[in-house]
Amino acid sequence: MAVPSYYVSPEQIMQDRAEYAKKGIARGRSTIAIEYDEGILLLADNPSSLKKISEIYDRIAFAGAGKYSEFENLRKAGIRHADMKGYLYSREDVNACSLANAYSQVLGTLFSQETKPHEVEILVVEIKNGTGRSVEIYRISFDGSIFDEKGFTVIGGKADTLYTYLKSRHQIMTLQNSITLCVQALKECYRQEVLPEGLEIAVLERRCSGRAFRRLSLSEYASYLNAAPPPAQSSDPT
Amino acid sequence: MLTSEDPFIGPGSSFYQLLLAQRGQTSISIPALSGISASLPHGTTVLALRFSGGVVMAGDRRATEGYSIAERDIRKVHAMDRTSAMAFAGTAGPCMEFARLFRIELEHYEKLEGVNLTLEGKANKLAQMIRGNFPLALQGLIVVPIFSGYDAVRQCGRIFKYDIAGGQYEEQEYCAVGSGGKDAKGTLKKRFKKNLGQEEAIFIAVESLCDAADSDVATGGADMLRDIYPTVTVLTAEGVSDIAETNIKGVAMRILEKQKEIG
Repeated sequence: MAVPSYYVSPEQIMQDRAEYAKKGIARGRSTIAIEYDEGILLLADNPSSLKKISEIYDRIAFAGAGKYSEFENLRKAGIRHADMKGYLYSREDVNACSLANAYSQVLGTLFSQETKPHEVEILVVEIKNGTGRSVEIYRISFDGSIFDEKGFTVIGGKADTLYTYLKSRHQIMTLQNSITLCVQALKECYRQEVLPEGLEIAVLERRCSGRAFRRLSLSEYASYLNAAPPPAQSSDPT
Repeated sequence: MLTSEDPFIGPGSSFYQLLLAQRGQTSISIPALSGISASLPHGTTVLALRFSGGVVMAGDRRATEGYSIAERDIRKVHAMDRTSAMAFAGTAGPCMEFARLFRIELEHYEKLEGVNLTLEGKANKLAQMIRGNFPLALQGLIVVPIFSGYDAVRQCGRIFKYDIAGGQYEEQEYCAVGSGGKDAKGTLKKRFKKNLGQEEAIFIAVESLCDAADSDVATGGADMLRDIYPTVTVLTAEGVSDIAETNIKGVAMRILEKQKEIG
């Protein structure tokens, strides 16, 4: 790489990189994570067969937005990290918090040290057993910043608009109502029809004893969407 | 933790390769330790047989250390994923480690690739892992599993057995390995028919183990005193399921009655 012969302030470099990464992410579609009465729902606006949502471990799932090759690498690294930890210690010792921290470290280093920052935003979610918080939702940004979200969050392009839409309407509901709400949010924010074929939906189910991750088939969530009452009335805007 | 690695030369989707790459060889070769094997627990007899709906696998519950009984209630048949299971005979420690590692291997692949390995793929991978254990096997730390599963492509149950060198053999009817394997095979040979029903296959499996226990000191039969019975696992298109202990107890009682009749 050619060394620039003029001086650029560190602030400027960081700002440029952040802008570059944000632009990349903004071009992509969104993924929503939302807690429902029996677990966590992950819903991606993703008509492609390349998946954005993935299982990481027994009670941990992953979602990525932005550049596919980059978050796919992170996804694989996460599965390796979790499986290795579960093998060396025990399955109960694998948790989302430590994984989210590892992601944060890696993305932070990549952001400050590489020429090109990763154009990704990722989610690490976990359903917890026993007392205390029932779910953990971590959002990790392109620069390694980590956010501990409550109840729901959104990544990808239009994340802010979707977040605002969901903020006033979100509550712990059934799976069907949660899916309907998310689809309604996508419709409102993109101002266009959302076809069931263009969705990727998975859940972490609390009642499962082993691997809690399950992808919903098209027929399953299409029936939810068809059976749902008109969404405008089902949600209660405050 | 690296986020980018060469997908063509890295560990790929294998957890076993990842483990080898990160921690060096899992098995180390130390010469002149061959006597160690006798002082370690050994799992003994396991078997598998095909029936019309899939495969029945069964194992006795005894582990021995030389001439003494080390465990009375060890489980030797383990589900590996939703469609396959492994039964092992050999040195208990490495065997259980193998079962654990192979289970993670299959899950790891499924998560990374988004699809399951085919049954053939799983069986071949297991053969490679056993081959990797060869230095330890030469010192007596032997792992000889039976791997079975329901093949969704061929729509039938399939049985694979292995030798210590990683040789892999598909069995069309039944197989039994371990110290009482030969005795169990005798019963299997006489009783086996094509297209057995599930109940019949379970009966034959338990009967074979009871016969093996009758002739082989290292094989445990039905222990009425402690309420310990062989374990039976059934693999069908619906998945892998363990037969409840009460049912096996019933089968064991019937076998006992039958033997009493013979006198």
